[in-house]
Amino acid sequence: MFRLFPFALGMVVAASAMAADKPAGPVSGSPAALASNCYNCHGTDGKATEAIPPLAGLSKDYLVTALKEYRDGSRDATIMHQLAKGYTEDEISLISDYFSQQKQ
Amino acid sequence: MSFFNPTRRQFFQAAGLTAAAGLLPSLSFAATKGKTLGRVVVIGGGFGGATAAKYLRKLSNGTIDVTLIERRKEFISCPTSNELLAGLREYKTLVHNYDRLKKQWGVKVVHASVVGVDAEKRKVKTDNAGEFSYDRLVLSPGIDLDFEKIAGYNARAQETVLHAWKAGPQTVDLRKQLVDAEACSTYAITIPKAPYRCPPGPYERATLVAHYFKTHKPNAKVLVLDANEKVQSKEKLFTGVWAKDYADILEYRPNWNAVSVDASTNVVTSELGDKERADVLNILPPQRAADIAHIVGVVNVNGRWSDVNWLTLESTAVPNVHVLGDALQAAPLMPKSGHMANQHGKLAAAAIVDLLSGETPRPPVIANTCYSLVDDLRAIHVDSVHRYDADKKTLLVVPGSGGVSKEPSEQEAFYARAWADTIWKDVLA
Repeated sequence: MFRLFPFALGMVVAASAMAADKPAGPVSGSPAALASNCYNCHGTDGKATEAIPPLAGLSKDYLVTALKEYRDGSRDATIMHQLAKGYTEDEISLISDYFSQQKQ
Repeated sequence: MSFFNPTRRQFFQAAGLTAAAGLLPSLSFAATKGKTLGRVVVIGGGFGGATAAKYLRKLSNGTIDVTLIERRKEFISCPTSNELLAGLREYKTLVHNYDRLKKQWGVKVVHASVVGVDAEKRKVKTDNAGEFSYDRLVLSPGIDLDFEKIAGYNARAQETVLHAWKAGPQTVDLRKQLVDAEACSTYAITIPKAPYRCPPGPYERATLVAHYFKTHKPNAKVLVLDANEKVQSKEKLFTGVWAKDYADILEYRPNWNAVSVDASTNVVTSELGDKERADVLNILPPQRAADIAHIVGVVNVNGRWSDVNWLTLESTAVPNVHVLGDALQAAPLMPKSGHMANQHGKLAAAAIVDLLSGETPRPPVIANTCYSLVDDLRAIHVDSVHRYDADKKTLLVVPGSGGVSKEPSEQEAFYARAWADTIWKDVLA
């Protein structure tokens, strides 16, 4: 029973989000659009189910660190060291924040 | 404004939280009712159009009404179709459906041909499904092949001399020609002058056919007749693999511009009068934005491609029409690829949500990644990041970003196949 707790907590959060009936305004603009650049390989909202790692639910700090290391070349990669160089520090922060908020 | 209608919410409560949490993403979009931000019609359900349809729904939280008009009942992927030619993939893995786009995302999918667009009245007319009004139109037409640029490449010649440059029955037929070919046959592929769909595609195809020959018909040859002066993508990687693994099989000839074909003898002739005969002749004719783009009137570059405002992908020829994918007069160093079309779809969707909300679209940054297999186990890639430049009003490659593989690797083949499975879902599911 005890081990189910985190799962149950997730359910409560989902339920309260529904009950709150947030306005359904569009979420276009930077974070969602920027993060969508990554979905081709990492899955929609970072929820990949294939061999390329999913990003949804990873901590923002971890993602920011990894992307910066790819960018400065200190972290080895097949392609991410090339793609990470295309983004600014602010964009890396926004993208990382977006994925950290997605539920795996 | 309530996003979930009461009936649905009662259903969730009755069904319990577990069911609600599980079903939430799919039902929330399908069930949206009430005020909409606007109506968007998307013409073309390939990598660009299907992505735009999905992301218009996703980024607007279901507040934009989206109708996707596509002739075919199924989505057939060009990316990875070269693998089939080498016997490394089954045809059915290329074929996907529009069910999740309908059920998960609430896109209305109509299978019909568009016969005309009234840009004044903002209406799309179809052959068998009536008319559709729009606030914004997304046009993702893909390419059509300019058969008339190759003398003799008439309808009858097209029955035996295949292009297989749009995945479908021709992909299967070309595979059959390769399998049926005699042991010491020659396969020749002609490549048109750039720009054409999928810059590395012809070289990947030649390489994979060479791999098939090497493993199944070691006396057969591959002849690459390229109208360009050099390999157009991943040049050093392809030429390196050819020299190392396929030196006795594959021959590459640059500046070989095919201008005519005789299908009765399978002889192709170059601009300079050189002739080559092949047992399996695979001609890739020059390409242009597909016919529907001409009908809508968005083809305004050299009679071939569509120019757009890169902030929104809105046509510079017809207002309220956004053009995506291979049909575009591409930005500098931007390939005509399925990956890029998917990114165009998201860019246009985000911009349209902004425009219909009365907001100013933000300057975009998008990326490309393109894998090519070089045999059954190894792949190579090229990638790039493209950012809007306010002065030049186009997307430019971010200096220092992007690149290619160091060498072919098994790890990249693993990723190449995962890329395909993932992007198909990102486009359609």
